[in-house]
Amino acid sequence: MAKTILPYVISGISVGGQYALIAIGYTMVYGILRLINFAHGDVFMVAGLLMVYLAASLPLYVSIPLVILLTVLLGFTIERVAYRPLRTAPRMSVMISAIGVSYLLQNLALYITGGLNKNYPQIPWISDRVTVLGMETSRVTIITPFLTIVLVVLLVLLINHTKIGMAMRAVSLNFETSQLMGIRINNVISATFIIGTFLAAVGSMLFFTNYPGVVPTSGAMPGLKAFVAAVFGGIGSIPGAVIGAFIIGIAESLIKGLDTILIVHGTIAEQIGFATFSDAFTFILLIIVLVFKPTGLFGEKTTDKV
Amino acid sequence: MLEVKDLHVSYGGIRALRGVNLEVPDSKIVTLIGANGAGKSTLLRTISGLVKAESGSVTYNGKELIGMPINKILEQGIAMVPEGRRVFTNLTVQENLKIGAYLRKDKAGIQKDIEWVYELFPRLQERSWQMAGTLSGGEQQMLAVGRALMSRPKLMMMDEPSLGLAPLVVKGIFEIIREINRQGVTVLLIEQNANMALKTADLAYVLETGEITLHGTGAELLSNEAVKRAYLGE
Ligand SMILES: Nc1ncnc2c1ncn2[C@@H]1O[C@H](COP(=O)(O)OP(=O)(O)O)[C@@H](O)[C@H]1O
Ligand SMILES: [Mg+2]
Repeated sequence: MAKTILPYVISGISVGGQYALIAIGYTMVYGILRLINFAHGDVFMVAGLLMVYLAASLPLYVSIPLVILLTVLLGFTIERVAYRPLRTAPRMSVMISAIGVSYLLQNLALYITGGLNKNYPQIPWISDRVTVLGMETSRVTIITPFLTIVLVVLLVLLINHTKIGMAMRAVSLNFETSQLMGIRINNVISATFIIGTFLAAVGSMLFFTNYPGVVPTSGAMPGLKAFVAAVFGGIGSIPGAVIGAFIIGIAESLIKGLDTILIVHGTIAEQIGFATFSDAFTFILLIIVLVFKPTGLFGEKTTDKV
Repeated sequence: MLEVKDLHVSYGGIRALRGVNLEVPDSKIVTLIGANGAGKSTLLRTISGLVKAESGSVTYNGKELIGMPINKILEQGIAMVPEGRRVFTNLTVQENLKIGAYLRKDKAGIQKDIEWVYELFPRLQERSWQMAGTLSGGEQQMLAVGRALMSRPKLMMMDEPSLGLAPLVVKGIFEIIREINRQGVTVLLIEQNANMALKTADLAYVLETGEITLHGTGAELLSNEAVKRAYLGE
């Protein structure tokens, strides 16, 4: 029994780690701007495409840092061009701008790729097959959760123990008072987008390595799942987003394997098709959270935002 | 010296300040009293750069502040304790003080000034690791004052520091204002508590619907019949 479940748990933890790296971007931007950055999943997809194109002509030790750099630049630019001019506009306007950026990126990707599936390059070592605890998987599955944890710990240290981190916490509470301290909130907001897109770029490498390729809508599903994870954990909370992402990753993976697990267990005789519902599960979870605990697991109780 | 000349400020169609003239000489305590909605906060927020002026000028030691970014105005040595205290409830007491020194680079000096603020407000030292949100109203006001002091201002502007505090706590706040002033900081104090403010201030202004209607020394306004009727409840 345990042997049947284990592979699904391991792959779930891995997927959860990838969702976590995306979810942090949603939750941090929401924490500071109270904005759901709908373009975030598409930035993740663009990171995937950048890798496809750059790795085709450049060695990986150049293309990997370059993908990260360009993705960060994209995140930074989106904020500057599409969100900053709307800083004093109603929140709904910024939200609509975010949806616009999302479609723009998808359509640009469609134009450039012609809608064809682009094969993601093999990244040596992390794409290699390895055997762990008697199951065979790619190394990236094993590395992902550890890398995620390391990055999250570094991020939490940054937020709790550095000057820019303190400024981020201050700005997330109140723009005006932060300005009175001499904090330039635009710089802090840019830093938030830079961190969020950096993590999404790293996440994209881990994610797409396990998938056959990238298409213009590749960012939609992982983006949505990460968003649900952020809501589930309590949007605005980083630990919440990470824990939410791992829970969703594991649950999703277990549902995908539920048929097999139950057959091995002897509960059912043939496939029922639970796997079909693995995506639906995430959204049912979203509805349940929104109905019963809108602030999520670690959500803030009060919003003191001017 | 801070000089405000013919300052006009509007919010959309609402004219909040209609040609305000005011002077804050160095090392004095100057108070501005006025009813709710008179435009007192608007004046402070315009000086600190949070609100854009329509016309007029605000100079500090001859330098024009209008159009200057908020952080540059702070660098001139003008700090503000905002209305409603606005401490960072999600930061510790100590972090609130550190963030008050956000523009400063002298680590040793910052540490010394934290000690200085703790000397002024021993209660804050006891609560140094507590989240600011767990403090009482009076303690939050002390923290807001301490936070503003951490930028080492030459001029400190305070927007109704006594609002919503118990009389005994208010007395303490006014004592601190005098103490800060003795240590060389100029104070521009906004108050609805006209009695206390006029007794504390060297100079005083009365603001009514966006216009200065009276000014003089604190003692003069304290004995002014119109002020007595409108603001001192006599
Ligand atoms: N952000 C704002 N938008 C529109 N009107 C405002 C705003 N802030 C203040 N006002 C208006 O400006 C006038 C002066 O307000 P304020 O400066 O807060 O007065 P005070 O501090 O003396 O109570 C009031 O009529 C108030 O309604
Ligand atoms: Mg006011």
